[in-house]
Amino acid sequence: MTDTTSSAEAPAVFGARGYPAALEWIARRAEAFVIPLAALVVGMVLFSLFIALVGKSPVQLYETMWRGGFGSWFSIQNSLSRGAPLLLAALCVALPARLGLVVIGGEGAIVLGGVAAAAIGVALGGAPSSIVILAMGVAGMAAGGIWIGAVGALRHYRAVNETISSLLMAYIAIALMNQLVEGPLRDPASLNKPSTQPLADIYRIGNIPGMEVHWGLAVGVVACVLCWVLIEKTRWGFAARIAGGNVRAAQLQGLAVGPLIVGFTALAGGFAGLAGMLEVAAVQGSANGSLAAGYGYTGILVAFLARHNPLAIIPVAILLGGIDASGGLIQRRMDLPDATVLVLQGMLFIVILFSETLYGRFKAFNLDLWQRAA
Amino acid sequence: MDATEIGLWGVPLAILGGAIRVSTPFIFVSLGEAITERSGRINLGLEGTLVFGAMTAYAVAVMTDSPWLGLLAAAAAGLCFGLFHGWICKFPKVNDIAIGIALMLFGSGLAFFFGKPFIKPKAPNLPAIPFGAWSDIPQVQAALDVNVLFLIGAALSLVLWWAFRNTRAGLIVRVVGDSSDAARAMGLNPNTVRLVATGVGGALAGIGGAYLSLYYPGSWTERISSGQGLMAVALVIFARWNPLGCFAAALLFGGAGALGPALQSVGVTQGYYLFYAAPYILTLIIMIATSSPTRSLAGAPGELSITK
Repeated sequence: MTDTTSSAEAPAVFGARGYPAALEWIARRAEAFVIPLAALVVGMVLFSLFIALVGKSPVQLYETMWRGGFGSWFSIQNSLSRGAPLLLAALCVALPARLGLVVIGGEGAIVLGGVAAAAIGVALGGAPSSIVILAMGVAGMAAGGIWIGAVGALRHYRAVNETISSLLMAYIAIALMNQLVEGPLRDPASLNKPSTQPLADIYRIGNIPGMEVHWGLAVGVVACVLCWVLIEKTRWGFAARIAGGNVRAAQLQGLAVGPLIVGFTALAGGFAGLAGMLEVAAVQGSANGSLAAGYGYTGILVAFLARHNPLAIIPVAILLGGIDASGGLIQRRMDLPDATVLVLQGMLFIVILFSETLYGRFKAFNLDLWQRAA
Repeated sequence: MDATEIGLWGVPLAILGGAIRVSTPFIFVSLGEAITERSGRINLGLEGTLVFGAMTAYAVAVMTDSPWLGLLAAAAAGLCFGLFHGWICKFPKVNDIAIGIALMLFGSGLAFFFGKPFIKPKAPNLPAIPFGAWSDIPQVQAALDVNVLFLIGAALSLVLWWAFRNTRAGLIVRVVGDSSDAARAMGLNPNTVRLVATGVGGALAGIGGAYLSLYYPGSWTERISSGQGLMAVALVIFARWNPLGCFAAALLFGGAGALGPALQSVGVTQGYYLFYAAPYILTLIIMIATSSPTRSLAGAPGELSITK
């Protein structure tokens, strides 16, 4: 924060409003932490009211949720495994969001990424495993990138609403997967559940040493950190943030908004496609209907909870992975439907979106209001 | 009469019958969304409202043995969802599209939560009128078995088309949708009008859901909706916010949706899943064809965030 308005004799450690620069910095950051956390707490309180209304004990519910999600090393590993695809799925929402686009069709990119990776993995059978795994990753990213990149291109060059088109493309992608998995790519041996041919064991991705969690978690964390660097520290990220604020202003600045939008959406889809590839290479071993497991939709929630900040996606994805992981235990121990978790997610989502209206309203965080009160 | 006797003629007939059957939820959801969007807001949550309406209608019909009470309950539930969306979106910086996505998740979650015990029992169906009784060909009879809700939906689209042009209420909704400032200058409160418009839109979407669970496919499952609530949003854009256009577009979508099953019934099984995706592909193509980067859409409400 440089001083531009106050008189020359004011020391540089003071911000524009006459308060110490450090204090302003803390106040701004504190707002970004306190409001989402408070919203999370309010959402959980509302959910406990709901649980109490249907005649169950909220205390027992949260206790069960804690035990199922984070209470033991076993459950933590389970939560991390479920959080891994959410990291990449959330990036598929967060990156376009920085450009002001609401893309909600990540599920389609995940599904196609998985199918492309499985097809390449089978086609290259016999080649060294490092080459095949790399090729699978590239294929998954390319499939997802083309899919969501097309959404971005349609948005910019044809003004087609990206929210609806991405969702339609997700339905089309799932139909395409079913067609491929039932038809040309089908393994004749898969009778009950049509699948592509299983990957050879050497092409499977294993676990991180010392954990029962596959390498997808590490890939997801690295991807989140890289995206944070891209958005906050590079000129492309800076340009994207300008275009996200005001497209006209960005164009007047001479920024190539079109390539920027297509590039960011393609990268976002690439990450979702990578999530599909990891799901095939590390979990399923082949592409089948299980790819459409809803990670793309939970990823939307993760990205909004993290307010589209790639670093914040990491804890939020693990938190939601934990909530997800505890669903089975809640169902068994408390005799509640498996949709209980969905209700909680919906409530959290609504409260978090509502909390957007609170930014800048609280005196404690807003130094302008301090000044006015003084 | 032998089922294969009418041969390939069965395909257009099945598409016609399918269009009438499949289009009804589209008609109600798109009319509801048209009212909401005309007032200047977009409610993507109608997908969740549709699913919750389907569950409510089925549950109430099972418990009271009356499909009409189920329909009423679905409309009331839809009204609540719509009013909630309308209320929460009046706060500054709350994004109507994002709230819609959240309500989609919440409505479906709530429907699955309360709907679990109703997956097994059988509910009474909404009645249909056999317009095909004159014919003794079973396919013709099946195709012309028209549900009353389809007829109500057709009448409603006509009434809405007339009301938007000729009534005070229609004018108020249009003014609020075109310019909040002009509405305020007229002494109208845009938030109140949008609250009512979103509420009515939700109620209509709830009725669309009731049709799904009480007539076609006629049972309550967690997979009852295949995105009709969302496609209806695209359909409204295609219909240029015109209720009569919504009706025509809904029929077109219904026909596209019936293409796969119709072809399968005459033995064409190749590419079944791709035909299943026909409505989505059709929607996408229509959106690409009708959007333009250089001019805003004709007939678009000025306050609508989706067209800005």
